[in-house]
Amino acid sequence: MAVPGAWAAIRLTLITATIVAALNAVMGTALAWVIVRYRFPGRRVLSTVVDLPLAIPTLVWGVMILVLYGPNSFLGRTADTVGITVLFTPLAIVLALCTVTLPFVIRNVQPVLLELDDAEEEAAATLGATRRVTFRRVVFPAIRSAVMAGTLLTFSRCLGEIGSVILVSGNRTGHTLTAPVFIFSLTSQFRFAEAAAVATFLFAISFVLVLATGRLVKQREASE
Amino acid sequence: MSVAVSTQVAKARRGRRGLIALTLGWVALLLLLPLVAIVWTVAKAGLSSVTHTLTQPDVLHAFQLTAIVTVITVLVTGVFGVIVAWVLVRQRFHGRSLLNAIVDIPFALSPVTVGLAAVVLFGPGGWFAPFFQARGIQVIYALPAMILVTIFICIPFTIREIVPVLEEIGLDEEDASRTLGASVWHTFFKVTLPNIRWALAYGIALTTARAIGEIGAVLIVSGLIQGKTETATLFIFRAYEERQTAEAYVVALVLAGVSVGLLIVIESLRHRQEKERTRT
Repeated sequence: MAVPGAWAAIRLTLITATIVAALNAVMGTALAWVIVRYRFPGRRVLSTVVDLPLAIPTLVWGVMILVLYGPNSFLGRTADTVGITVLFTPLAIVLALCTVTLPFVIRNVQPVLLELDDAEEEAAATLGATRRVTFRRVVFPAIRSAVMAGTLLTFSRCLGEIGSVILVSGNRTGHTLTAPVFIFSLTSQFRFAEAAAVATFLFAISFVLVLATGRLVKQREASE
Repeated sequence: MSVAVSTQVAKARRGRRGLIALTLGWVALLLLLPLVAIVWTVAKAGLSSVTHTLTQPDVLHAFQLTAIVTVITVLVTGVFGVIVAWVLVRQRFHGRSLLNAIVDIPFALSPVTVGLAAVVLFGPGGWFAPFFQARGIQVIYALPAMILVTIFICIPFTIREIVPVLEEIGLDEEDASRTLGASVWHTFFKVTLPNIRWALAYGIALTTARAIGEIGAVLIVSGLIQGKTETATLFIFRAYEERQTAEAYVVALVLAGVSVGLLIVIESLRHRQEKERTRT
């Protein structure tokens, strides 16, 4: 692919997608665990709030991030004084992607956790296993494929996401220009063949991931 | 021994609190703070800024266009979603698993890629361009392409909601209805449809949310003609780029409000669906 800037855009997209998928795997599992296993005030509200990214348009999330970290906002000024610039940097891309993909791992893990019998965990605890060992040996094997499915879904969504990213990333070629935004900018210059080359590359990765996710879900259902 | 147990319990409690604090902090940072920020900013700008924005012809037209695209998308994906789901679950034929995989393609495609594909097919020099040109129908950079790409992106939502429900309810009721002499249509409307209604409603709600929020594909196929092919999301995009941030914020807040309302509907639908499932 000899389109200048194409590899940089694809690399940025792959790197940010990897970071976001990893963050989402950990935080999504933790959130699913908290929502299913703990009883505390606000739990049901939390369970609804985590679905907000499915409802609110991705571009609107982008706008909200602009407002929150803009130079006129409290958070933007605070971040600035400690030397962190959020807007128009890769950090803004990661934040935006984390927001719009937040429900993916939770919604995959939650039903599995609900069906998981805590008798096994109690048995492990009674036999003297620490909580960490119990989680690693008893809980995690049961939810592994669900976590994986949610993580893959997150990754593939990150490869194609544009709405939440396009306003906050600044779109500097070679710096903060992601692959989907790059495709958009090529098409607006009527460079369709080059846009198609980048798009096909992304689609190939994404399609394999979606197929793998489907297989994981089927495996889980078969093992139930 | 009891000391050891109580330190264990104390440790567990601390771990629990820590985990709750961590996850709540994450949700607050990513979801709640951005929402609070935009509500705060619009509230600070005042009611006059809101009314000024919401009476602009461009804004009204943008909302109207979003409504048109969304309604048509919901109708088309609703009807075809039920048919495709029914075919996938009830019929056995060669290529069924292929169809099953094809239905998920929009999940794997970036909206940008969908838009690009539409331009390549219908745009200047595209495969289907001569056909529509000869009939004087403008597809790309006009409403037809915008509806087309939105439908494409929303195809899987209703199907993926209905398929598991159809699989679960099985054939007994439908068979009974047909042996008792009901026609295929009668059976469908009196037996199958009532059984899948919550799944269908849930799928429609998801489709509505997605259609309202669609940006990537329409960004490419609409041509971004102000006051003509501009949906609400495209208006926000242009307004922000043109530094009309006040207008962008107000329209964004309106869309967020509509979506939150929709989410509440979705949650109550899911609740009902689950209740119905546990009952049967």
